Amino acid sequence: MSEAIRFILNGEEVTLGNFGPTETLLDYLRLRRRLTGTKEGCAEGDCGACTVLVGRLTEQGLRYESVNACIRFLGSLHGTHVVTVEHLAGRDGELHPVQQAMVDCHGSQCGFCTPGFVMSLYGLWLSNGEPTRADIESALQGNLCRCTGYEPIVKAAEQVSRNRPSSLFDPLERDRIQIMARLWAIHAEVDTIVVEKDGARSIVPASAAAFADILAEEPEATIVAGATDVGLWVTKQMRQLDPVIFINHLAELQSVTADETGITIGAGVSYTQAFDVLSEEIPPLGRLIDRIGGQQVRNMGTIGGNIANGSPIGDTPPPLIALGAELTLRTHSGRRTISLEDFFLAYGKQDRLPSEFVEKIFVPRPAEGSHFAVYKISKRRDEDISALCGAFNLTLDGDGKVAKIRIAFGGMAATPKRAKHVEEALFGQVWSWGVISAVRDLFDEDYAPLTDWRATAEYRSLTAKNLLTRFFLETAGQSHELRRFELEEA
Amino acid sequence: MDKSTFETKPVIDGRMHVALKHDSAHKHVTGQAEYIDDIPEPAGTLHGGLGLSDRAHAEIVSLHLSAVKAAPGVLAVITADDIPGFNDVASTGQHDEPLLATTEVQFHGQPIFAVIAETRDQARRAAKLAHVEYRDLPHWTDIDGARENGAPFVVEPMTLKRGEPETEIDKAPLRVQGHMYIGGQEHFYLESHVALAIPGEDDEVTVWSSTQHPSEVQHMVAHVLGIANNAVTVVTRRMGGGFGGKETQGNQFAALAAVAAKKLKRAVKFRPDRDEDMSITGKRHDFRVDYDVAFDEDGLIHAVDATFAARCGFSADLSGPVTDRALFHADSSYYYPHVRLTSQPLKTHTVSNTAFRGFGGPQGMLGGERIIEEIAYATAKDPLDIRRLNFYGPRGSGRTVTPYHQEVEDNVVARIVDELEASSDYQARRRAILDFNAASPVIRKGIALTPVKFGISFTMTAYNQAGALVHIYQDGSIHLNHGGTEMGQGLYTKVAQVVADTFQVDIDRVKITATTTGKVPNTSATAASSGSDLNGMAAYDAARQIKERLIEFAVRQWKVAREKVEFLPNRVRIGGEIVPFDTLVRAAYYDRVQLSAAGFYKTPKIHWDRKAGRGRPFYYFAYGAAVSEVAIDTLTGEYLVERTDILHDVGKSLNPAIDIGQVEGGFVQGMGWLTTEELWWDDRGRLRTHAPSTYKIPLASDRPKVFNVKLAEWSENAEPTIGRSKAVGEPPFMLAISVFEAISMAVASVADYKVCPRLDAPATPERVLMAVERLKAM
Repeated sequence: MSEAIRFILNGEEVTLGNFGPTETLLDYLRLRRRLTGTKEGCAEGDCGACTVLVGRLTEQGLRYESVNACIRFLGSLHGTHVVTVEHLAGRDGELHPVQQAMVDCHGSQCGFCTPGFVMSLYGLWLSNGEPTRADIESALQGNLCRCTGYEPIVKAAEQVSRNRPSSLFDPLERDRIQIMARLWAIHAEVDTIVVEKDGARSIVPASAAAFADILAEEPEATIVAGATDVGLWVTKQMRQLDPVIFINHLAELQSVTADETGITIGAGVSYTQAFDVLSEEIPPLGRLIDRIGGQQVRNMGTIGGNIANGSPIGDTPPPLIALGAELTLRTHSGRRTISLEDFFLAYGKQDRLPSEFVEKIFVPRPAEGSHFAVYKISKRRDEDISALCGAFNLTLDGDGKVAKIRIAFGGMAATPKRAKHVEEALFGQVWSWGVISAVRDLFDEDYAPLTDWRATAEYRSLTAKNLLTRFFLETAGQSHELRRFELEEA
Repeated sequence: MDKSTFETKPVIDGRMHVALKHDSAHKHVTGQAEYIDDIPEPAGTLHGGLGLSDRAHAEIVSLHLSAVKAAPGVLAVITADDIPGFNDVASTGQHDEPLLATTEVQFHGQPIFAVIAETRDQARRAAKLAHVEYRDLPHWTDIDGARENGAPFVVEPMTLKRGEPETEIDKAPLRVQGHMYIGGQEHFYLESHVALAIPGEDDEVTVWSSTQHPSEVQHMVAHVLGIANNAVTVVTRRMGGGFGGKETQGNQFAALAAVAAKKLKRAVKFRPDRDEDMSITGKRHDFRVDYDVAFDEDGLIHAVDATFAARCGFSADLSGPVTDRALFHADSSYYYPHVRLTSQPLKTHTVSNTAFRGFGGPQGMLGGERIIEEIAYATAKDPLDIRRLNFYGPRGSGRTVTPYHQEVEDNVVARIVDELEASSDYQARRRAILDFNAASPVIRKGIALTPVKFGISFTMTAYNQAGALVHIYQDGSIHLNHGGTEMGQGLYTKVAQVVADTFQVDIDRVKITATTTGKVPNTSATAASSGSDLNGMAAYDAARQIKERLIEFAVRQWKVAREKVEFLPNRVRIGGEIVPFDTLVRAAYYDRVQLSAAGFYKTPKIHWDRKAGRGRPFYYFAYGAAVSEVAIDTLTGEYLVERTDILHDVGKSLNPAIDIGQVEGGFVQGMGWLTTEELWWDDRGRLRTHAPSTYKIPLASDRPKVFNVKLAEWSENAEPTIGRSKAVGEPPFMLAISVFEAISMAVASVADYKVCPRLDAPATPERVLMAVERLKAM
């Protein structure tokens, strides 16, 4: 067993022990390393001022992703390459093309958000040579600027993609092989790591099996994959967590596979990793994922975590329930598979034993000729938490009657929940405007939503009904959803 | 001596009226720009945390702090008893704003005590350990609640009156009465408040404060410590955004840091968490506007009577001048023949609301534009036609007097609107939208062209003064300091351009230095869009004095006529000789010429009598107009801004790149105010939208899909401002009213444009859907 994590920070290899399980990367950078280019704007992963890149080895090679340093715990960094804004400019002080474009386009005013924007743009620049406007906006969904109105920043992104210099200029392109070798060397030592400070422990298991064993011994441990939720327990609620088990590095939990029956998503798969497969196989899910969090949150957060935390307003459970997804839970001694909708028992309560963890999600492929849609309704279109999120999965028989229907909503009850009264009323009926009009109000039997800062109960109820109307119109070939860009443009 | 001395170039780098990058752009993009939390901390720096009220209004029965004091790392707990001077940070002098609450709390989140610990994390954790016993008192958090409870005013209300509104309002053929709610707005500067205090010898203390108003922070720190102003130095190099949120709100953090620093004789930093910052600092005022307007069949306004009630929070802060400015802009760009406008600055049990870009002006103007909308729907006309009909007229038209009896002398709004109407193809697009809506059952579109006329000057006449300090060193390098602060708006760059231009030297010779009360005293807040008008002129005055001395020296030394001395780029022509600037400077030094000067400026012509409601509060007006097109979904209330075109008047721009940035940024910020930014208090008086997860400012993907922004290049300020430029900070914010009204038009389409939708702000998807439902039911 090892007592320190190892990672690369900019050019320097770091072996780090003696840190607390909830110590954030941002505090480490700013307080311990005096790398103050990375800023704290919100400490909850919403503003992007703390954006850094984290490089990790994947099946596709070394992959750099923008992340929020403010909610990223140190324990999750083993075997990664952390890149901060200080790494970008040349040794002679010459600006990186991304930085130069920001200067040329007048992309900074107060400058506080700027390093974060630079890092998000840099992440885009590394991964996408010819970004569309949709790609740029998507990459910037997790970065708030209050001064510029964004126009010059988007222009900078466009300009830098047009003038792409030689890869020798870029520190990460230049050092890619060498960094990969160093990360491989770190990963070559397969050992569970336990770092302790003042009695509190960060545990980095060597494998999924080791994770299962540790969880059996430490059933009260907090499991952290992306930390996009748990991070806020710490930064906002000041909770003390001990021990914390980090699982984001476990390759066994990272696979996404599609076959003729459906798609299997490992619990550690981030939204970003799942995006390509899901957009390809079930396009409405791709569009939904593009509206979850910002890019940084999608790079860290996992679909497994979105389910396991049991939130009534998580965005992935409604469509996954509508699709009839199944969840596999694992312990050190075995596995069980349950229907996803049965996982959510009550507010804050899920069908998971302390020694169990979510291992994977199986999403059945929608039936040939079926209609599937998911609609997220939020105050702001992007990077917002749903007021409500509704998913519809419909199969009609040869007579145009409803042969199968599953409707599930988030934000309408204490858990993600099916609209069974509406489903029953629709079953066997001709899929027609008359029927839709007649059953709409049955949503009131299924849901009694709350009023809060995201929406009133009245709005939620009315909109749920109207989303059924929208779904009907869509199946009738009249698509009416306002979209800034079609997914194909993205 | 740098090489520029030997170059002969036709123009200097960084002169006035050219697009120049922000002086800190390079530092911004590399992360090298220092904000206060980035400054290397002195050894032993301590950190503050705050203990906050969790009641909206209550008596403090007892306060138990032993657990806080015993927490790890804690060195001291500061309560009101530890304040050596006055427990008061009221910027108005009304003494209605204690630094720390003592016997009573008046809003949820009001600071009661501060913890000083070795680390910020320790201080934050310790602050949660207090036990406070309260006895609840009645509370109200909104305007209607304040009215129902007979709430007092936080300052004396104001009335503007001209003509005979009481009688004329009954005479006109048509009349509409209504009301609208206008939401507040959180500033969401990306850098939250922060202050670092370092104790000095005797009673001295130096405070680095993220503030738009170093002089006020200086005065408050002295007041709270019970010492003279001259013992306190406040320094501000840059803020990570201000927008008015750092005009008075930084006082508390600076004062607490200073109290703790003096008590413990160590450096102390206060940096609240984002959620604390949003909970305990003031915001834009919410308003309720009750209006009564009389007009004729053409849509010509005869009389207006309106009341502007504001949620001011628990203390006055800037609510007096904010509600005044709402009234000053309730006419928007329109002549009201008979008018009465009244403010109601109401006390509520919420955080004390404060300055925010536009300073009440946007709320006043939105009320004025609502009146136009009402008339348009009542007369079945395009709101643009009603606007034109009611614009202030040219000189001599008899339609130039504002409700506050100032003549509008520099009116260019009609020209701007005409040009924008043409360049944006408004008429054809409006026709196309009407056709589209007729055929589209679910998605509806709207378009609106709205004008802006914004009065420039602090309405408190005394604030319209500024100072600057310019030195030239023997090597010819220039040191520039002035009372304005840099919050991203590019003020430092613009003022440096003025100085470079005056001396005709490249701008990189001008060292821009941090604003500090030790160099330029008695400054006004960098606010009211006045930064470059005031400080640009003060710096010009300082540079001009030195330049005069250099000219006199050259005349004396070279024995030439005054006209024979000419400042060329980095050189001076003296008679037949060309002398490098540095050479002249060095020679002047040896001749014992003073190469340092303090500059000063006060805005001419302005005066204001609040009691009488008469005067000339504004030196001039800035104008602009925007046309926005939106699409809404009538099933969900969701919307998209498809396109916005803007034509804005900044006079003769000092720096078009910076000014365009202000226009675009102001517009998007205004759009956030009117669309997705919603402040929501629960029934316990807790603000529940206190972080970016719950409070939604615009994203890159919210800006108009097509966004055409132009400056009115033909414009020059009618008044002799610096370079004939105009203020640009606030006016563009109100261009966003075009988005709000375009949404309104889209909503109106469901009732065939026969009913004014009376949308309240912000027009969240929920409000849009509910307005659609209301109109459908009619």
